[in-house]
Formats: sequence, structure tokens, C-alpha cells
Amino acid sequence: MRRLLLAAAATLLATTGLSPARAQAQTLRIALREDADILDPTLARTYVSRIVFAGLCDKLFDLNDKLETVPQLALSYAWTTPTELVIKLRPDVVFHDGERMDAEAVRYSLMRHLTMSGSFRRSEINVMDRVEVVDPLTVKIVLKAPSSPFLAQLTDRAGMIVSPKAAEAAGKDFGLKPVCAGPFRFVERVPQDRIVLERFAQYWNKDAIKLDRVTYQPIPDSSVRLANLQAGGIDLSEQIVPTDVPAVKANPRLRMVESDSLGYQTIAFNVANGPRAKTALGQDSRVRRAFELSIDKGALVQVVYNGLYATTAQAISPASPFHVAGVKPLERDVAKAKALLKEAGVALPVVVNMTVPNNPDLRQVGEILQSMAGEAGFDVRLTASEYASALSAANRGEFEAFVTAWSGRVDPDGNLFGFLHSGGVLNDGKYANPKVDALLEQARAVADVPGRRAIYAEMFEQTKQDLPILYLWQQKNLVGMSTRVSGFVPVSDGMIRLQGVSLAK
Amino acid sequence: MRSHLGTRVLQVIPTILLVSVLVFALQQLMPGDPAVVLAGEERGDPVVLAQIRSELWLDRSLPVQYLHWIGGVFRGDLGFSWRIRQPVSELILTKLPVTLQLGGMAFLIALCIGVPMGILSAVYRNKPLDYVANFVGLAGLSTPNFWLGIMLILLVSVQLGWLPPSGYVPLVEDWRQSLATTIMPAFVLGNAIAAVLMRHTRSAMLTAMDQDYVRTARAKGLRESRVVLRHAFRNALVPVVTLGALELGTLLSGAVLTEQVFSIPGFGKLVVDAVFNRDYPVVQGVVLVTAALFILLNLLADVLYTVINPRLRTA
Repeated sequence: MRRLLLAAAATLLATTGLSPARAQAQTLRIALREDADILDPTLARTYVSRIVFAGLCDKLFDLNDKLETVPQLALSYAWTTPTELVIKLRPDVVFHDGERMDAEAVRYSLMRHLTMSGSFRRSEINVMDRVEVVDPLTVKIVLKAPSSPFLAQLTDRAGMIVSPKAAEAAGKDFGLKPVCAGPFRFVERVPQDRIVLERFAQYWNKDAIKLDRVTYQPIPDSSVRLANLQAGGIDLSEQIVPTDVPAVKANPRLRMVESDSLGYQTIAFNVANGPRAKTALGQDSRVRRAFELSIDKGALVQVVYNGLYATTAQAISPASPFHVAGVKPLERDVAKAKALLKEAGVALPVVVNMTVPNNPDLRQVGEILQSMAGEAGFDVRLTASEYASALSAANRGEFEAFVTAWSGRVDPDGNLFGFLHSGGVLNDGKYANPKVDALLEQARAVADVPGRRAIYAEMFEQTKQDLPILYLWQQKNLVGMSTRVSGFVPVSDGMIRLQGVSLAK
Repeated sequence: MRSHLGTRVLQVIPTILLVSVLVFALQQLMPGDPAVVLAGEERGDPVVLAQIRSELWLDRSLPVQYLHWIGGVFRGDLGFSWRIRQPVSELILTKLPVTLQLGGMAFLIALCIGVPMGILSAVYRNKPLDYVANFVGLAGLSTPNFWLGIMLILLVSVQLGWLPPSGYVPLVEDWRQSLATTIMPAFVLGNAIAAVLMRHTRSAMLTAMDQDYVRTARAKGLRESRVVLRHAFRNALVPVVTLGALELGTLLSGAVLTEQVFSIPGFGKLVVDAVFNRDYPVVQGVVLVTAALFILLNLLADVLYTVINPRLRTA
């Protein structure tokens, strides 16, 4: 028995002597907030899978830290007509399987995104009519109609080029072993545990890659994510929750990199989707405006998120050149809110059934909204719902007010059209205003930034009155990392680009 | 004996079938349309929703969906994960050893803590040691796994830097690192069971210690340690072993939370993630395999009882 105890003690000592930071020096361990879904750029849906793709699959274009579109697998581009985009490709680029990346591969990948059954890219590029191979390093993309957001789509998954040979061989299982032309190639995936990539020696921009391996580890609990960062179990966490930011800042071995995010939080109102829209809130925009006036967004953000997020009144990030500076959040004005309710002639209190995702911070947001709006004459009744259920319910119109978020897109069309156009696929409240529809369509056809911004400014004037969506705050990308990590450049889309990133020993 | 065994084996098949129907039916009660979840940003597009429903057989009637699934199960095909497209059987085979290792270690820890504590508290009944053991036992029972897990991570990993805070390394890959990653979750998981084992060992020991054969043993002049361990404990062990077997269920359900906190890629985490993502084939597969394991373990226990207890053989 004594011998057994001694052996157990020895084992424990030997085990406890292991340092968590035992991994190889040039392996960067990145914590993700959830596990990625399928690693096929055509079929993937989740935000975190985009983070993995940033190491795995290069795109025709990328974004720089100013959110400008810059060539990646493309070398240059030109709009020869408003519907014809000619792209010159980078020469001597090979896929992870050694196949050459050329115009035919680009044509194949884009058509795969457009036509493959179950593709989630189709709606992003369905303005595309066909892709023509001009020569081995030139493609011509022909659109059905002019589309200013189209190029921006090619900076994300719709612009990722896969190896046609590997994709043909694997079919729908391509995501189990993806083959692209990114800086790292796929090694293994243990679902819910890790995704491992290793440096691709033939990468076209190999000088920019300093790391040997990258491991992505899903750690859903934010406290555990923070603990891992503090203990050296990971090197970089793609998302630190605002309440954990002081702990990271106080730790001399860690640092925070903050940047404006494209993502934002809203309250979507059901204005015309089924019987649940038949409420004072759903039918009368004055009631919705009164609701907005009853809220102090600044106090809300201060209490729940330590004031780290910026309040907003629009879907376009301040980091975007399309941001409309004149559209500012309203100051809280309870008297004006009460006056609006009186003008609307509704019986008080106005009952608002509000669906809130069932997580601690958003439940707290719901409670604060309840308390603030209560002072103006609203009786906010909260339903905390698991997100997948809430989303389905919203889709069916089974909601009155829904606290929801959007990760944001670099082109404002991706934040507006789907939500505010009467035919928008994310327009859960079924808001429809012909003027807004026309402006959204018009903006798609205008190429220059100031021109589009002016159209959006005009559209916001209308949506501010109708208020189908109440914008609350703009999120921030809060990346926590070890001080050993250097060379990381934050971009508002929140992706972890590995070019230039290195790890000190 | 043989006919008893035969009857029990025959009972397994309808039980598993019933479980499969229950799993399938209960899942339909989950709020949230899987097609909407899978459609993501295209959830408002009826064409996309129809396409997903058709591909995953969600547009057929429930009996047809069930028969399609169970037919596959009989052919050894549990389907594939809707989220990552990996075969469910492959996922289960990867995850099962992880949870078995975690559960095994947790049970060992529970035994090592619970049984000696139970014996000591019975021997030193109503003495300070008994009170301490009872307090520790009560604390173990009432401490939520996730809280204890996070506290241990903060203390052992963040403050002391002794163990990795989360993750998992397979035993075959690096046994030392594997132990390092699993010892803390195994302790958290074993802690609550240790408390239950301690309470039951204590009461079984107290009953045994009052028996005549213990008094006789003492009268014979045997050493107290021999009386306690050889005579009282052996007899107290029977209900404790039964309870231990029952607690295996608690272990598996406890693994759901513990694996979540420590990011251990086991069965528990697999099923939780699958539920949140409405990945029905994974949920169905995992629950069915777990139920089958339970039923088989029960069958094994029945067989063992007949081996141990000759009176059951004629039943």
C-alpha cells in the first residue's frame, strides 16, 4: 500500500512539474469562442471558421487595417464595364497539394461557391452571371447587373480559391481535409478540441510567415479562456469579454489589442411578420421611437460592458469609410418619450415582450432596458431564450422585440440590404418601405464611396423615423495575447491574420 | 441460468428500440428549427431552407425520418454530423475513450477519497474526525462542478501554474501530459461521488460495526485495524459496491458539465455542442450509444449477480 502511495505521489509530482507552456516555441495557440463548423469555404457558416480560414485559405482580395481592399491571390483588377471585372492573378501560386493556382482554378472555385448544393456563398455572389478564363492568369467575371458590394465579397469566403482537384475528389467532404493556397496547410482536426495547421513551405508570400504551426482551440467559457491565457495554456484569445479586459491589462505577461469591430447589437422589432406584429410597438413607429428615447445607451454600455463599446445609431462601423457621421445616437429623453406615447394615443403601460439571448450579459442588458423603458411607460417583459431557438422564432415571426447581433460586413450592403430591404433574407420583422428599398438598390449600383455614403445617409433619415431596428452599440474586437506574440495587426473584421506574426521564445 | 441470461439478452433489443424512438421523438420537442440554424445568414430564404430540409430528410414525415435513421443504425451507419459532416460513429469512437478515461480516473479518485473517509468517520463516530469528514462530504455534495472547476483552474493553473487549465492529450500520445490535463477535471467529477460514497460507506460501516461478529472479533482480542478492515469493512462493502456501480451514471452526466468547463473533447461536450447547434444525428447517435452502454452494463451486472449469488441461478 505504501509503495502504491509513493508511486502515486511520484506520478503526481512528475505530472505537476509539467509546464502548460511546454508546446513548441513557434506553435501559436489560438483560443476560439466556439468550435468552427465545416472547413469548406463554400459550406461554412460560422464566424470562427472564418478565423481558421485566415490561416488556411487565401482569397482573391484581402482587407488591410484601413479596411481597404487589397489584392491577395489577385495581382490587380479593373472594371472594364460596370458589369465586367477583369482580374489578373498572381503567378507561381500553388495549392497545398502542389497543384497550380490559375484562372481555371479561380473559375472552378467561384462557380462552386455559386452552384454547389448547400452553398452559403450563393447569396453573396448571386449577382455573378459567369466567369471566363481569358488566359492562364486572367479571369473575367461577368455580373448580371452593376454591383458595388461585389468586390468586397471576394475579400471573404466567396473569394477563397480551393484546389479543383482536391475539391472534385472529396465532393461535399472537402471540408474534412481542405486544400487551399493559404500560408498554412491543414494537418488535423479533433472536433471540439483542436484544429492544427502547419506552415506551407511553398506559400507565395512565405517570407511573411514566421510560425511553424498554429493550433486553434475552441474554449467556449470566457473565464476558462482567460484562465488559459493567464496560465500560458494559449498564446492568443480571439475574444476577451469586456469585464475580463482589466485582468488582462493588469497582467504584465499579457496585452490587449483593441480595434473597432464591424459587429453591432440591435433590437429588431416585429412590424409586419404575422400576428405578433399587431401590437402598439409593431404598428406605430412613434411607440418605437418613444422606446428608443427611453433608453440611455451610454449607461447601458457602461454598466454591462465597462464602457468599452461605443453607442451607435447605425449599422455601419466608425471604422468604415461608409460610416455616416451625422447619424448619432439619441440622448435619453423620458419626457419626450412620454409625449410621443401620448401622441400615439396608446394605453399605458405599453407591454413589450422582448426576447433576449440567454447569456449573462444580454440578460443584464434586458433587465436594464426593462428598468429604463419602464420609466417612460413601457412594461417590458423579458423572455431569455437559447439563441438557436430565438433565431427560429424570429424567422417565424414569433417575437415582438428581439435583442440580437450581427458580426458585420466590410461592405455596408451586407449590414443593410438583408435587414432593411423588403426582400431581405434577414428581415425578420418584415419591414417594408419602398423608399428604403429603392435607396438600397440604388446604392448597389453606385461605385464611389461618397456617393454611396450620401445614399445611405438619406436612407438612415427614413429608417430613423420608421425604426424597424434599434441600433444599440458597436462592438470592439478585444484580442488578448501573450507579450511573446508580436507582429499582430488588428483589422476590424476581427480575423486573425498570421502574416508577420511571430512568437518570442 | 442459461434461460435467464437468454431472456435478459432478448429484453435488450426492444429496450434499445424503445430508447431510439424516445430519443428521436424527444428531439422533435426541442424548440428551434434545425434548418433555420443551419441556414445561418440565409435563414430568411425559403429556397435555401427547402434545400436544407430536402437534403437532410427534414421535409419527410416523422415516421419516415425515424425509419431512415434507424435503418442506417442497423446497417452500422449513424449518419453524419450536419455541422462538420464527419460520420457520427467516427465522432463517437474518438470521444468515447476520452470520457472513459476521465470517468475512470474520477471514479478512482472518488474511491480513494470516499471509502477511507467513510471508514474513518464510522470508526471515529461523533468525534472531531467524524465531523470533519461529514463537513467535507457535505461540501463535496453541495459544490457545483462548474464552480469548483473554475476555482481550481484559477488556483492550480493561474496562480500556481502547476497544471494546464484545459485541453486534453490522449494517453497514448503522452501519458504524463494526459494525466496533467485530466487530473483536475477528474478530481472535480470524482469529488461529488466521493461525498456520496463516503456517506454510504459510513452508514454501512456503522451498521456492520454493531454486528455480533464484530463484537466477537474484538472479544477474540484482534487488533482494531483488523476488526475494522477485515471484518466490518468487508461486509459493509456490498452496498458500497452496488452504489458505486449506480454512480457511474452520475459520472457520465457530470462529465457533460466538467468537460465543458475544462474544454475536454469528450462525450459530454460532444452532446452539449450538438444540442446547441441542433445537430440531430450527433445527439441521436450519442444518446443511443450511451443508452446501449448502460443497458449492456446492467446486463453484465445481472450476469455477475448470478455468478456471485447462487440463489439467483434457479430463479
